[in-house]
Amino acid sequence: MMERLTRFFASRMGIILVGAIIGIFGPLLQKLGNPANMGICVACFERDIAGALGLHRAGVVQYIRPEIVGFVLGSMVAAFLFREFKARAGSAPIVRFVLGAFAMIGALVFLGCPWRAGFRLAGGDLTAVVGIIGLVVGIWIGVQFLRSGYNLGRSQKTYTAVGWILPLLMVGLLLLLIFKPVFSEGGPIFFSESGPGSQYAPLAVSLIIGLAIGFLAQRTRFCTMGAVRDVILMRDFHLLSGLAALIVFAFLTNLVFGQFKLGYAAMPVAHTSFIWNILGMLLAGLAYTLAGGCPGRQLFLAGEGDGDSAIFVLGMITGAGIAHNFNLAAKADSIVDGVVKTGGPSEFGMIAVILGIVVCLAIGFTMRQKA
Amino acid sequence: MTKTVDARGLSCPQPVIMAQKAISEGEFPVEVMVDTVTSRENVRRTAERLGCKVSISQKEDEFTLVITK
Repeated sequence: MMERLTRFFASRMGIILVGAIIGIFGPLLQKLGNPANMGICVACFERDIAGALGLHRAGVVQYIRPEIVGFVLGSMVAAFLFREFKARAGSAPIVRFVLGAFAMIGALVFLGCPWRAGFRLAGGDLTAVVGIIGLVVGIWIGVQFLRSGYNLGRSQKTYTAVGWILPLLMVGLLLLLIFKPVFSEGGPIFFSESGPGSQYAPLAVSLIIGLAIGFLAQRTRFCTMGAVRDVILMRDFHLLSGLAALIVFAFLTNLVFGQFKLGYAAMPVAHTSFIWNILGMLLAGLAYTLAGGCPGRQLFLAGEGDGDSAIFVLGMITGAGIAHNFNLAAKADSIVDGVVKTGGPSEFGMIAVILGIVVCLAIGFTMRQKA
Repeated sequence: MTKTVDARGLSCPQPVIMAQKAISEGEFPVEVMVDTVTSRENVRRTAERLGCKVSISQKEDEFTLVITK
């Protein structure tokens, strides 16, 4: 029975079904309160968590997102149920941390991870196309490194307890969300009173949907970066069919809920700074490829005991703190007196993206095994 | 002679790249060792897509895939 389920989830139908389910859940979460075109954005939601903990003080993006907690714990449940939980670690953790931090900075210059790029597109935001072009180019560069022998080395099997660390951290976050302790006057835990951080679906719904997606994605190995990488690397359309299903079903669900609005400028939490939409996502795509998974996939891997993915996740959360503290994250387009004011990153953000690309290229060039 | 590819401890797509390279060299059987179900399924799918037959055996939590043409 379990083996047959495993086969189904590994099949083309399995991945399409799961992509479709995620595609429906995203806009549904928006309908229930999550920010527009941000049904589920792994990068944005980890950034909100960083804010809630006070790792950055951007008041509009602070909330402990239960979806992220659910992703890790749902994956863990699936991994235990199917006997795939396996604690492993030790494949160049410091590199994974750096890749995570720069992946987040790149994503916050675009204002979203590949998941959100899909949801933005499905909501009619045409700037997402620009980001996706950057993402594909970034992944293409990463694939060239993979082809020339890049890899971060083998992980080692380790104590089961190692695999529990990130899931337990997630349980801790959930408790902080439920009990909302105030650690000092004017101190954390912070919860946004306005802006995207103040917009959220009911806790239980977000958590249950997060758990469901975590479970299904662990079974199917759903990965938005892998979707593009596998096509470039070996003309394998398996994962891409899942991502395509996500976008198609998110589009249809948006139509049903009246959430589809076609446009380019001043779209929800997005900007029209063309070059930085491209370069931000290029950096993110390259970093995901070098680290072996999109931000969602890293959470699912961490849930099944992968300590290296857990380090990548912590790198992303740290990167979010850096991105906002140092004014690297892009500003969204705004409308001032009826005129669209173009958003985008500060000069610091631009420099950080270039620096990130240089660092990723250096990692790619210097960490290749000669055959 | 059996060609052995040890992809244990490597995360995808590494095992797939290694298996693909071994298959393209055209000497069969190719034996691929992996230690996650994800890698097992990915290598199996890729080998079958390339028109090969795959038989899988398991020892504790490691898998050996024997790929033949």
